[in-house]
Amino acid sequence: MLGQEFEAKVDEIVSRYPEPKAALLMLLWEVQERKGWVDLESEVWIAERLGVSPAHVHGTVTFYTMYKQKPSGKYHIQVCTGLSCMLRGSDNLMDHLEKRLGIKEGETTPDGKFSLIRVECLGSCGTAPMFQLNDDYHEDLTLEKVDRLLDGLD
Amino acid sequence: MERILTRNIHKDDSQSVSVYEAGGGYQSLRKALKMDPDNIQEEVKRSGLRGRGGAGFPMGVKFSFMPKDGDKPMYLICNADESEPGTFKDRVIIEKDPHLMLEGCLISSFAIRARACFIYIRGEYVHGARVLEKAIQEAYDKGYAGKNILGSGYDCELVLHRGAGAYICGEETSLMTSLEGNRGYPRLKPPFPAQAGLWGRPTTINNVETLANVPFIIDRGADWYLTLGKPPNNTGPKLYCLSGHVKRPGVYEAPMGLPLKELIYDLGGGMLHDDRPLKAVIPGGSSVPVLRAEQCDVDLDYDSLAAIGTMLGSAGVMVMDSSTCMVKAIERITRFYAHESCGQCTPCREGCGWLEKILTRIEAGQGRQEDMGLLENIADNIQGQTICPLGDAAAMPVRSFVQQFRSEFQEHVDSKTCTVAHAQAHD
Repeated sequence: MLGQEFEAKVDEIVSRYPEPKAALLMLLWEVQERKGWVDLESEVWIAERLGVSPAHVHGTVTFYTMYKQKPSGKYHIQVCTGLSCMLRGSDNLMDHLEKRLGIKEGETTPDGKFSLIRVECLGSCGTAPMFQLNDDYHEDLTLEKVDRLLDGLD
Repeated sequence: MERILTRNIHKDDSQSVSVYEAGGGYQSLRKALKMDPDNIQEEVKRSGLRGRGGAGFPMGVKFSFMPKDGDKPMYLICNADESEPGTFKDRVIIEKDPHLMLEGCLISSFAIRARACFIYIRGEYVHGARVLEKAIQEAYDKGYAGKNILGSGYDCELVLHRGAGAYICGEETSLMTSLEGNRGYPRLKPPFPAQAGLWGRPTTINNVETLANVPFIIDRGADWYLTLGKPPNNTGPKLYCLSGHVKRPGVYEAPMGLPLKELIYDLGGGMLHDDRPLKAVIPGGSSVPVLRAEQCDVDLDYDSLAAIGTMLGSAGVMVMDSSTCMVKAIERITRFYAHESCGQCTPCREGCGWLEKILTRIEAGQGRQEDMGLLENIADNIQGQTICPLGDAAAMPVRSFVQQFRSEFQEHVDSKTCTVAHAQAHD
């Protein structure tokens, strides 16, 4: 489905486990890394490869919050608004991002550049407030730091 | 004080196997492989090491539940799904000293005769997963993992497995269900993991920090370990996660039993704003009962905190100053549990949502006189009524906030507004 390199990687991952089904979460990550999200075609392909039903794969995808069921923005901003971050100003940070990007939490800018979501604790409470921008953590944020960071993105 | 668990983290290139080896790394594994696995279990048991993930169960006792023989393969799981709000200590070990964790995994696997160790890391720790992936490869290249480890005849595979965003998967049975390729639903105990764990096979699950203690116990012995902290039940070095309204939040290592006020006022540099005194502390991650400022002359260890009605939990110490609205704080915590309830058990699935709804309306100035009683009633109907402890983790903080700060809840209801925000606006 995604080419030979992908299928070789799939075989290697499946071989790590005594039961093929155990590879499911890792295979979904491989799909998301390549496609940017997990589409239904990929779910069906994985189901066949692992010998489980497409419904099982879809049920798994929808259970975990990190699998994207639609494409996100080029820059996907996940703001931690848990208690420790709240105590250090994450609600202001969220307000600032919504104003600056002109979107509400859960939305993507019309040009597809930014998407913004609120997430639960990311384990960065000692460096709050923070967000995860695609894979990377940005910590000890101030509104000025956020503006500088976003200004620098193309 | 000698730093133990964090002795390497400030070194340049602390993640690399060569730096780890230069500091004496993997010598404990060499020593362990020459020992009888049962003697390793005994040494860990004697050290008094208790689980650092939250429950505080004695690690050596957990080991002893594993069968000594039998034809089924056995497994160790390293629980790196650190997700308890306020907790960020395992992340430091994973990102800065991954080989310490791996050495702990390998010695522990040998001690229980496991044929593989699965490392389940939370999906958000993308950087941590990359660091571990590299470290695991190095461990294989150096002969510390895989077939015939260091010529001992012992085989053990290390398998890194990424979660994908689900707090519930930090609960051990849910983690196993997830690792097997499913939605992360907890399972009933018994059977316990040591009887029927991963794929129905005997399995032991330990937290990252717990495993990181093991190389030191093997290297220096249980007698040395017992000199740290408050023996016999609260021993060893401990990582404390300090967050919230303090000047220097972060992870601090100290022997078990660090006084809470020393953490806040010495290590943490004191309250963030000099004119805003301490109001409340959650000492062990968001699932444990909250303390009022006047209860904070307490040591951070299992027994001292239990004695005043709370828990060490994951040692996530969240500090709140006088500007904090207690209704808003518990609303935020409860939103988390409502979001993270897996939905399997009705009391938790429905109850967490109700708790959040009621707290939201109190904070918004629409609370009703009966709401505090209702919150306690719902908490009572969740706690102890669910398959896994997430229900308890949601109920306990709500009950404690209402009981400890009842007058603040009452003021919200009576004045139909958030009284704390209102008071600040008039400062």
